[in-house]
Amino acid sequence: MTNIPETGRTPRVQIRLVVIQILVLSLLGTLGGRLWYLQIREGASYQKEASGNHVQQVVEPAVRGSILDARGVPIADNETRLVVSASRTDLLKMKDDGRAVLTKLAGVLGMKPADVMQKVRLCDAKTPQPCWNGSPYQPIPITDEATPRQALQIRERSEDFPGITAEPEAVRRYPAPGKANTAQVLGYLSPVTDDEIQQAKDTDSPYLRSDQVGRSGLERQYDKELRGKAGVTRYEVDNLGRVIGKAKSDAAQPGANLVTSIDSRVQRVAEYELDNAMKIARTQFDKITGENYKADSGAVVVMEAKTGRIVAMASAPTYDPNVWVGGISAKDYKALTGKKSDYPLLNRAIQGQSAPGSTFKVVSTAAAVEAGYVWDGGYPCTSSYSVGGQVFKNFEGENFGPISLGRALEVSCDTVFYGLADQQWKKDGGINPKKGQPKDYFYKAAHQFGLGKETGVDLPNEVTGRVPDRQWKESYWKANKDAWCRTGKKDGSYVEKIAYENCLEGNKMREGDSINYSIGQGDTLVTPIQEAMIYGALANGGTEYVPTIGKAVVSADGRTVQEIKPKVRAKLPVSQATLKGMDKALAGVITSGTAAWKFGGWPQDKIELHAKTGTAEVYGKQTTSWLATYSKDYTVVMTIAQAGTGSGASGEAVRNIYSAMYGVQPDGSIDKKKALLPTPQKGLPKIQTDGTIASPKVAKDPVKDLQKADKQDPTSPDGTQPGATTASPTATNRTTRRRQRGRGSRRMLT
Amino acid sequence: MTGANSFSVSGYGPERAGWTRIFARDSVARRLDWPMLLSGLALSGLGSLLVFSATRNRTEINQGDPYYFLIRHVMNTGIGLALMIGVVWLGHRTLRTAVPILYGVSLFGVLLVLTPLGATINGSRNWIVFGGGFSLQPAEFVKITIILGMAMLLSARVDAGDKKYPDHRTVLQALGLAAVPILIVLLMPDLGTVLVLVTIILGVLLASGASNRWIFGMITAGVVGCIAIWQLHILDEYQIARFAAFANPSLDPAGVGYNTNQARIAIGSGGLTGAGLFHGSQTTGQFVPEQQTDFVFTVAGEELGFVGAGLIILLLGVVLWRACRIARDSTELYGTIVAAGIVAWFAFQSFENIGMTLGIMPVTGLPLPFVSYGGSSMFAVWMAVGLLQSIKVQRPMSA
Repeated sequence: MTNIPETGRTPRVQIRLVVIQILVLSLLGTLGGRLWYLQIREGASYQKEASGNHVQQVVEPAVRGSILDARGVPIADNETRLVVSASRTDLLKMKDDGRAVLTKLAGVLGMKPADVMQKVRLCDAKTPQPCWNGSPYQPIPITDEATPRQALQIRERSEDFPGITAEPEAVRRYPAPGKANTAQVLGYLSPVTDDEIQQAKDTDSPYLRSDQVGRSGLERQYDKELRGKAGVTRYEVDNLGRVIGKAKSDAAQPGANLVTSIDSRVQRVAEYELDNAMKIARTQFDKITGENYKADSGAVVVMEAKTGRIVAMASAPTYDPNVWVGGISAKDYKALTGKKSDYPLLNRAIQGQSAPGSTFKVVSTAAAVEAGYVWDGGYPCTSSYSVGGQVFKNFEGENFGPISLGRALEVSCDTVFYGLADQQWKKDGGINPKKGQPKDYFYKAAHQFGLGKETGVDLPNEVTGRVPDRQWKESYWKANKDAWCRTGKKDGSYVEKIAYENCLEGNKMREGDSINYSIGQGDTLVTPIQEAMIYGALANGGTEYVPTIGKAVVSADGRTVQEIKPKVRAKLPVSQATLKGMDKALAGVITSGTAAWKFGGWPQDKIELHAKTGTAEVYGKQTTSWLATYSKDYTVVMTIAQAGTGSGASGEAVRNIYSAMYGVQPDGSIDKKKALLPTPQKGLPKIQTDGTIASPKVAKDPVKDLQKADKQDPTSPDGTQPGATTASPTATNRTTRRRQRGRGSRRMLT
Repeated sequence: MTGANSFSVSGYGPERAGWTRIFARDSVARRLDWPMLLSGLALSGLGSLLVFSATRNRTEINQGDPYYFLIRHVMNTGIGLALMIGVVWLGHRTLRTAVPILYGVSLFGVLLVLTPLGATINGSRNWIVFGGGFSLQPAEFVKITIILGMAMLLSARVDAGDKKYPDHRTVLQALGLAAVPILIVLLMPDLGTVLVLVTIILGVLLASGASNRWIFGMITAGVVGCIAIWQLHILDEYQIARFAAFANPSLDPAGVGYNTNQARIAIGSGGLTGAGLFHGSQTTGQFVPEQQTDFVFTVAGEELGFVGAGLIILLLGVVLWRACRIARDSTELYGTIVAAGIVAWFAFQSFENIGMTLGIMPVTGLPLPFVSYGGSSMFAVWMAVGLLQSIKVQRPMSA
């Protein structure tokens, strides 16, 4: 060892040097420890973070499948539009974050520079719309309505527009073939939300940020099938987003096409007739309210009776579904959903409910038979029916004497049903029944017919309607009694008196409730689709089918066809004999009953139609009209709110729909060539080998073609009504009819 | 106090330094501190690989030549080695006589940076750019001249045997000598270098045997100074932001915290053995800024893993260990102070540099000795190694 001289070495220095040495080594030890912590202990999580760091997804959206009508005519498809997009990563590489490029682009597109900037900014908690809530690595669309000229300008001078692309892209389109709008049935799309992405994350069909999601109608119901699967290419990128390698890629799988049972021609006719019927109704004077009918909303359903397939479904008021394409403007959105709008997004065929009026009598008739009343018994059809000082008048005050159940249905004799319901109410124990005593045949029948719950139609957000049975009364009373008891006054106004009564015994099944219920008034609510289902079952011999619109899901390549078969929902609780009797009675409605004045000259011997009219009272509003009809193959149900009687408001419209389908000419002859759909469409449209679906030539407007032939039609929609063969219900005599009560205000269509 | 004065104190004249000594048996080559030299070479060699990995894809800075930085790093290491040999050849005692000149030159250099000749990079004006892509950071050489200057002043009386410890006046003189360049560097502003210089002063004072009052005074002054700098807003916004991001990088991951965050991700993802040289995704993707210089350690962390990064710390440990030994074994206070100053320099700079990549120190622009790309730093570091070697070599051997 070396011999260290003592010069310059003092213990103080020596000690300090040792301290320095220890300090230095402990610093290095600290580094080593920290390194171990980061790399060994926490290494896995940093590895994950690193891979998330450098892998970026580029999503190639799948082409959404088309929605086709029964003949293969597209009612929702895609069109190629020139979409101008900006790449954020490219823009951010520029010194001014791409401001200059975007300003120049705004000039070319004729937009305001500020608007363009807003479109490319990213959404966060502080940024209000418009903003981009997709992946920052995804090209951000600035407009999908670029003209070819604009696109050319951008593409030819690509050096002036770095990061900007102008590419043709598939954009959803609702072509309305032959003017068939079908808006509410089709629904609409809007971009996926964060919540939905989170929710669908672990399912077998996760969303991508770029996805458009069906929000209502078929677009929502069949969203999974239509959407397909977006192609995802994972790129390894560097810190500036430059691609340094391709990690993984899945090709996009285009969405399947949905073939529906909708016939776009019949749909057009139905839409037109509904709209026209409402227009005509608005020209009619309502003597009760002293003003013209408002006819503010309505719906019509045309259904195949033997399968439950929907041929046409229209709801009014309506809108143009194309407003959703490419993002809806705030103004348009307000017009569709704001308080001042008439809520055109609602599909009133499945979401509108109102009291069914006399169309409910088929249920009551079935209930009566079930309760043991013989079909041909002589039931007194008096002009009025008195219960404890209250007088329930027959609809028009007629007196038909003792009649059968069938005849009661045919002439829509209220007092017969009043009597039967009242007897049952008494048998069930009256106002204070013993436990287990009530048989409630009339309410049970309604449930058995499928009322009070969804039909299960393949559309989202169907409403249930309501059967006001004891159970419902109890729960409704519990929910409302506090308010009733607070506002009710024994000697107050009409509303106050009702509230007072309800407060006392609203939970009990009162005599008047049962009597009202038997003719479809009061608290009963049904939807047009429920009516169509019930009358369809009457047409086909008693089988209720789940109404369906989707007929088949055909994969984009046409190789797999997944048919949607008709589903039996229930059997009507009605014997064949009773069915026959009802069938005959409802045919009588066409020939000599309440609808006869609208069906004069109809070739009933060739095409037998059956109908039941209904006029539902709505407190504080004009009456809701119902017309439920069926032929051998179809059932057509139309309802219009605040439009008077069923036959008066909808008679011609429904007749015109039948005429169009069967080719019935104004003179009653049948022209098979002009018939749109004399028998239900069987099978699917032809699927070609390339997967496309053959579509026939589409007429410009089926209604126009029909009207040419309809020139001399006596029931043409000009407001004049031909002489009725039976007493036509007018507003005058309806005033005599005593309505015991009307609880609250029942809006039909919300 | 003059250079001649201190020269005469030395027992070994420059006449003994020369080529002949190096090749002579039982002489310089034998007495070199080989563990330190080899560790330094290993670090620089490892550094060239890491610099290459970090820069081979960075077309925007490597002028299209993937080997641009590799070649220059190797060249810098070569020049650094030559400088080391030169220093050993001259001997630290010879340099002691030249301290006034060196001090003057380095002071002139840092002053020049503040003139329009200086260039601003990353917010600090600490470069002098010459033609042909050649540039210098004079602040790097200030580290050496401060060590040498202070050592000269502090050891003069002690080595002469006049005093046991440097007196207050000498300490004040030494501090004054250091203060001038530090103030200039602070004006650049190059906070990192200032911190290194302050640490060097602390190390030098400790080794000089200066009174404990000076040591605690220095520490107190440092703390007060930090608070004053914070309170008086002497620091630029970006420097404060850097500090805040170190404390909590998740505050602003896209902004200031970005460096820290990406560095930590790079190192953390390395695991035990790393992704393999040239296979680190963080490195290939250039997520870590300044990766060939200040953040070169992240390349090691990601691509070589705990094994490789730990090896770098270990090698630095060897260098520092040997330097400590040299400080302790030096026969004269001058050598001890110089070695201790270099230990303080290397240790602080290594700890700060690696610590910031590991997220335990704030981000300041300091290169990792031996490893980081950068000529000035490399030259200064190897010159310092030369000084250490010279101290060891010129220590009188026992017979």
